[in-house]
Amino acid sequence: MTALAGNNYGDTPVVPAKPDNYLTHGKTIRSWLLTLDHKRIGIMYLVVGLLAFFIGGMLAEVIRTQLLVPQGLIFHGTGSVASSYAAYRYYNQVFTLHGIIMVFLVLIPIIPGALGNFALPLLLGAKDVAFPKLNLISFYLYVVGALLAILSTVLGAVDTGWTFYTPFSIQTESYVVVMVLGIFLVGFSSIFTGINFMVTIHKLRPPGMSWFRMPLFLWSIYATSLIQVAATPVVGITFVLLMMERVMGIGIFNPALGGNPVLFQEFFWFYSHPAVYIMILPAMGIVSEIIPVFSRKHIFGYEFIALSSLAIALIGFLVWGHHIFVNGQSAELDAVFSFLTFVVAVPSAIKVWNWLATMYKGAIVLKTPMLYALSFIVLFTIGGLTGVVLGALSEDVVLHDTYFVVGHFHYVMMGGTLIGFIAGLHYWWPKMFGRMYNERIAQITCVVMFIGINLTFFPQLMVGADGMPRRYASYLPMYQPYMIASTIGAYIQLVAFLTMAGYLMHSLFYGKKAPVNPWGGGSLEWETSSPPPHDNFETTPSVGDPYDYSDLVFDAAVNGYVHIEKPEESLVPVTAPH
Amino acid sequence: MSEAIAINATEEQVARAHLAHHFDTPQQQFDAGTLGMWMFLATEMLLFSGLFCAYAVFRATHPEVFRYAGQYLDPVSGLINALILLTSGLTMALAVRFAQTGKRFALSLCLALTMLGGVAFLAIHAKEYFDNGQAKLLWGTHYAPTVGPNGKPIAPVVGLVPLVVKPKPVASAGWQQLNALGKTGFVVSHSDIMPAPTGPSGVATSQKPAAPENPFQPANVQIFFGIYFLMTGLHSLHVIIGIIVIGWLLIRSFRGEFGPGYNAPVVYVGMYWGVVDMVWMFLFPLLYLIH
Repeated sequence: MTALAGNNYGDTPVVPAKPDNYLTHGKTIRSWLLTLDHKRIGIMYLVVGLLAFFIGGMLAEVIRTQLLVPQGLIFHGTGSVASSYAAYRYYNQVFTLHGIIMVFLVLIPIIPGALGNFALPLLLGAKDVAFPKLNLISFYLYVVGALLAILSTVLGAVDTGWTFYTPFSIQTESYVVVMVLGIFLVGFSSIFTGINFMVTIHKLRPPGMSWFRMPLFLWSIYATSLIQVAATPVVGITFVLLMMERVMGIGIFNPALGGNPVLFQEFFWFYSHPAVYIMILPAMGIVSEIIPVFSRKHIFGYEFIALSSLAIALIGFLVWGHHIFVNGQSAELDAVFSFLTFVVAVPSAIKVWNWLATMYKGAIVLKTPMLYALSFIVLFTIGGLTGVVLGALSEDVVLHDTYFVVGHFHYVMMGGTLIGFIAGLHYWWPKMFGRMYNERIAQITCVVMFIGINLTFFPQLMVGADGMPRRYASYLPMYQPYMIASTIGAYIQLVAFLTMAGYLMHSLFYGKKAPVNPWGGGSLEWETSSPPPHDNFETTPSVGDPYDYSDLVFDAAVNGYVHIEKPEESLVPVTAPH
Repeated sequence: MSEAIAINATEEQVARAHLAHHFDTPQQQFDAGTLGMWMFLATEMLLFSGLFCAYAVFRATHPEVFRYAGQYLDPVSGLINALILLTSGLTMALAVRFAQTGKRFALSLCLALTMLGGVAFLAIHAKEYFDNGQAKLLWGTHYAPTVGPNGKPIAPVVGLVPLVVKPKPVASAGWQQLNALGKTGFVVSHSDIMPAPTGPSGVATSQKPAAPENPFQPANVQIFFGIYFLMTGLHSLHVIIGIIVIGWLLIRSFRGEFGPGYNAPVVYVGMYWGVVDMVWMFLFPLLYLIH
């Protein structure tokens, strides 16, 4: 314990030689597992989520390897129809598990759970989320749900596809109940996270931070939470009914007992369509944070980006019928849902144009987070526009259940959500762990990733337009060139992800110490040390415009940005601790 | 509510003692908890809404099933249960008030009365479930009653041959009511929706529906009982959870933990119990008072 020069806290006589941060605040495993600190819970979400992503990703590689040759490279019969059927069932299990893990265990929870938990109170200048215990419960519900998903796979893997359509999901001899129970628990984790974040944003904003002075990531998290709270209970009861079908034979969704299988589809998509906005909205929020920082320019059209998040959340509730266009829905409903599907594309387009306008005449810095944000704009735009194609009635009749849908969905989810997540991970990595990763390798990885994603998913759009159905374990030889290209793209992505895992792990131990503000961000998390202390802020930070960069200059001495006294009215006092 | 009550210095200390580190004032903490509770209750309503939606869909497509099967339920026990829950709602609201004014004995009494109401509700409901089970008024393939709602035996179905039962004049009040409603004499009008095949294929047949085996009993009555057990079962589960949580409040109330300075748990549970009451006020008419 020695006094540290230049870090004088007034009347505090002794300060620790090494400032305490949240990572070193408690060293026991118990201090992690039972922590109520939102930052540690965020890190735990990150670890479990990335583990699930690794499993889901490897399953994707199995799928792509299977589809290298028309009759299937891994699972194929010995000539007879029966042996092919038996072998292809394994393929059904693999793509089902890939879908369930990626959707319910990665895409939905990872940005709110990992980055949202870590960053949300910091962006608010708050000490924690409103209900820290509920936050920990959410995390463990997520973990238990994930374990049940693994258990059901061990017992007898589900082969229904991630959508669990009845009546097949009632008849199939696999452990649907265990899997669905797991997803039910993950759903409650999602609900509790949503409630927690909404209450935090309502009640824990610091004085001076009005709704329209919040960073845009908070707006997008708020809109996400709104969907989580309002849509997830419906899928909860749907899955309860599905479990009751299998356990008790209740008959609501079972046509053999007088039930209505399309009702299941209505219920399922009433949640699962808004759920894709649960996945994409936080990624949009991350991009809205990154673009102005790396353009060194105030965000353009703040109110439009903020309110378009809410518009997406609200209109997103009214478009679920476009999944049921060809499943016996009336033509009038089809037309209404098609129209609303076009409408929901508008707020997304508003965001894209505002990001482009922000970059216009900005001093763009092509650091890794910015490269990923730019990739997001390109990939998400392709994904979004193909979504409009699918929303058009006549085209959907042709493209329904083809690889075009697969390509569209993966452009939005992989190119949108996951690229947005990776952008956010690189953006907040120095704040999370206090270390810088190797910038050059990260930039190269981003370019490789961009190539890999396009090579994987663009041929899928083409082959789908040619008529190849989704979910098939084998295909006509005419589609093979596309399939080979797609598989090569998937391998390129694998290389990129492994490289990323390598340099990020390396940075944890050997990376350069991160400065307080490496990128020159104006929001409150860049006011505290990297990594932040247990209570987030040594002193309560004062709130200014989060997108005002005029008083931030690069200081080579600390390899980061510091505040300078502005000539006229200074909203943010000089708090640089060096 | 709380602003009307003067909080003295001791209570102020109590309030401070319950303040979590990340809140500035007890009021901010209480407001955050209230907002969170409202949101949670909204998700509870949405959980039920799926079942209400299924109810609406099946009632619209199978009106004859609901009209027929609803007669099996006893409106009197449903009404008694509604009155019991309303009374327990009153005692719970009083409990919240007594917690805020610091009247500890009255608080404990009201909590105990609320628990008693919940238990009485469950007892009556259990009796109904038991009777349903005895009469085989159950869901799916378990539906096999031997008597109709009028108390007369239902003609058994023999093999695949439709057994034609000539409608006979029935004197019971329920049937006269039913006849007055229906315009086709004794036969309750049935929907044009194809009956589902009994096989596992799930593909509808292209034939016109055969004449009902028993004109008094429409097809697919089991659907009503599936929905009935799901809705009341989920509600009863909420009552059970409510009783357990109120029991926990009662123990804390005995210890004297609640007063003007700290009563948030009582308020939150009161909100929850109100929603549980309210759900029954919708379930009762929808299930018991179909005609």
